[in-house]
Amino acid sequence: MTPKETFLQPTIDIEDLGLDAGAHLLIKHGLLGVAPGESITVVGRSPDWDGQLSAWCRSQGHPVVLSTQDGRLQAQVTRGGYDAGRWRGALHTGHSDASVSGAVADKGLAAWGLAARGATVEAGSPPMQFRLDQKSEVWSESAADLYAQAVAAQWSPDAVIDWKAEFELPEVVENAVVQVLTYMIENEVAALVVPARFLGQLHPHFREVQALLAIQVADEARHIDVFTRRVRLKGREPALSTAGGQASLKSLLDEPDFSVAEFLLSVLGEGTFVSLLLFLHAHAPDPVTRQIAMLAARDEARHVAFGMTHLLARLETEPEFRTRLALAVQARNDALAGTSGLNEEVFDALILLAAGAFTPTAIAQGYLRVQQLMRDMAEGRQARLEKLGFGEEQAAQLSSLHTRNFM
Amino acid sequence: MTNSLTNPLLMGAVAYAPKVVTIWEGFKEYFRRHDLEFDYVLFSNYERQVQAQFDGGIALAWNSPLAWVRADRMARACGQVATAIAMRDTDCDLTSVLVVRAASPVSADLSALQGKTIGFGAIDSPQAHLIPLDHLRQQGLVAGRDFTAKRFDVLGGKHGDHIGGERDAAVALMAGEIDAAWMIDGNHQAFSREGVLPAGATRIAARTGLYDHCNFTVSPGAPADQIARFTGLLLAMRWDDPQVRPLLELEGLKTWLPGRTSGYALLERATDDEAFYDAQGNILAADYRY
Repeated sequence: MTPKETFLQPTIDIEDLGLDAGAHLLIKHGLLGVAPGESITVVGRSPDWDGQLSAWCRSQGHPVVLSTQDGRLQAQVTRGGYDAGRWRGALHTGHSDASVSGAVADKGLAAWGLAARGATVEAGSPPMQFRLDQKSEVWSESAADLYAQAVAAQWSPDAVIDWKAEFELPEVVENAVVQVLTYMIENEVAALVVPARFLGQLHPHFREVQALLAIQVADEARHIDVFTRRVRLKGREPALSTAGGQASLKSLLDEPDFSVAEFLLSVLGEGTFVSLLLFLHAHAPDPVTRQIAMLAARDEARHVAFGMTHLLARLETEPEFRTRLALAVQARNDALAGTSGLNEEVFDALILLAAGAFTPTAIAQGYLRVQQLMRDMAEGRQARLEKLGFGEEQAAQLSSLHTRNFM
Repeated sequence: MTNSLTNPLLMGAVAYAPKVVTIWEGFKEYFRRHDLEFDYVLFSNYERQVQAQFDGGIALAWNSPLAWVRADRMARACGQVATAIAMRDTDCDLTSVLVVRAASPVSADLSALQGKTIGFGAIDSPQAHLIPLDHLRQQGLVAGRDFTAKRFDVLGGKHGDHIGGERDAAVALMAGEIDAAWMIDGNHQAFSREGVLPAGATRIAARTGLYDHCNFTVSPGAPADQIARFTGLLLAMRWDDPQVRPLLELEGLKTWLPGRTSGYALLERATDDEAFYDAQGNILAADYRY
């Protein structure tokens, strides 16, 4: 070795740290500073450091030569090519920041597997098939913002709902509240299951959408919990569940296309549900139901917003998809033609609930309020359909074809 | 040599762990992808595998160093030649270490081992029994006379491939049940990473000389052209190839090297001094079960 080479070759002193105590990190770091085929000098003073170093170098594929320089043992470690070899042909997966140009690919590759977007993936990693791997099928630019809003708006039922508020309703009215909530619980279960199924099929590359669906599922779980707690507040069990109601919800579960499902569930269903929740917030006969209706309505409004922005983005690049949406509403209507629609128990319970008392005067007022609710729901659906680019007439027709079960 | 050797090329390997099936299935696919008809036979122990190299059962074997010593002796005894055609980069220049607790009085001259209990691996382990016994014998320390040898026998016949015995010895050392424990240097690193040997709690009191480990041993009379093709394809395996790399990682190497037989001198001496095999490769160890 010439003096010049000695001067240039980096020296790593592992001092009294053994390779059975972490010294390999210092050596690895030193080797990263030279090119494969170039060497570093390693010195140490822990007992048997040279023997341990030789064993470690063998396992890592770094040639090592021991010598004595000025009476001190030293090792010349040459960087092997194997660490670089592992990353030859590695795959690049975009960028973590979705706002960077090209960050989100048009298609998530199976070979990327579960890797973080932006990570470098070793060639030969096991491919993983995610059915929803096309950006156009799932993406919304607003997903990250809506997720951030959702995180900020999470609420704890014990902290924000006054479960101890004192009230006592006439038995027939309490029964009506329990019936409406029983119906709402099964609707919320559908609203949980639909995004949960897509969540498991979504390529993790679309991280923001994945996060939003996940928190949407958590929102629905919380709604199911608080509705159930309200049902049980006065010692009741959930009431009646009808075949027609479940048939309507099953048609949501059966929809395989993410965008169509978002349209039917979020834009039409949950949008209609927001009207119902606002109605309950305004007219429910007890403070607990009014509180939980308001909290749930805020969450549902976010779900509607994601459905709208996703569909607007898809329709912008694929205007013909509008026809598919219209056909989906028609098909669902056809499929449900043989069912009874909204069950009588729920409709009557809504009237009683809005009446608040079992008197002709109160019932008359309750009836008027439910009629107004029906008009509000239809107008809301129509407005959202028009925002998605349907003409006024077609929007009105599609709104009228929406399931009589609301969701 | 029977015709059964010629098509496909049949190799023996010992099933010391479930991953062995994954490894050789992968190699089989690799060789067939390159138009070499290749198949493998699994043995439960190296003794029967080596015997199969002499009765026409297999054309070559992935042998432990002790199995190599036996095959070499058996071949010489009948005027034939066994050859080692390839080995892993990680098979060359290994050492075993004698680990003691940090506060142990045992120093480099090893005299303090007199009367102590030393942990070893399986009876047929080159790295954790035979070569360590030889190392101590060269220092004037003989098992049963100068110290008590406590064997941690796991899976006889596997020649120490199953590292369970060495791990049990390391655990016993930390539990204070024995005064020192032998293990191959790579396992010393592994047990340190796992926390079986906590950092700072132990030190290395002795290290054996260098020795080599496994090799592909060609049976006497194996078909030369197929062996040559096998060797060529093996040495052409590249770490950079993502299809090949998982196999190399499972088998614990970065690259295959041409075989050498210069690294078995310590084990040859230990085999004689500890009376494991005789010069013809017959088993002498009385309490050896496989």
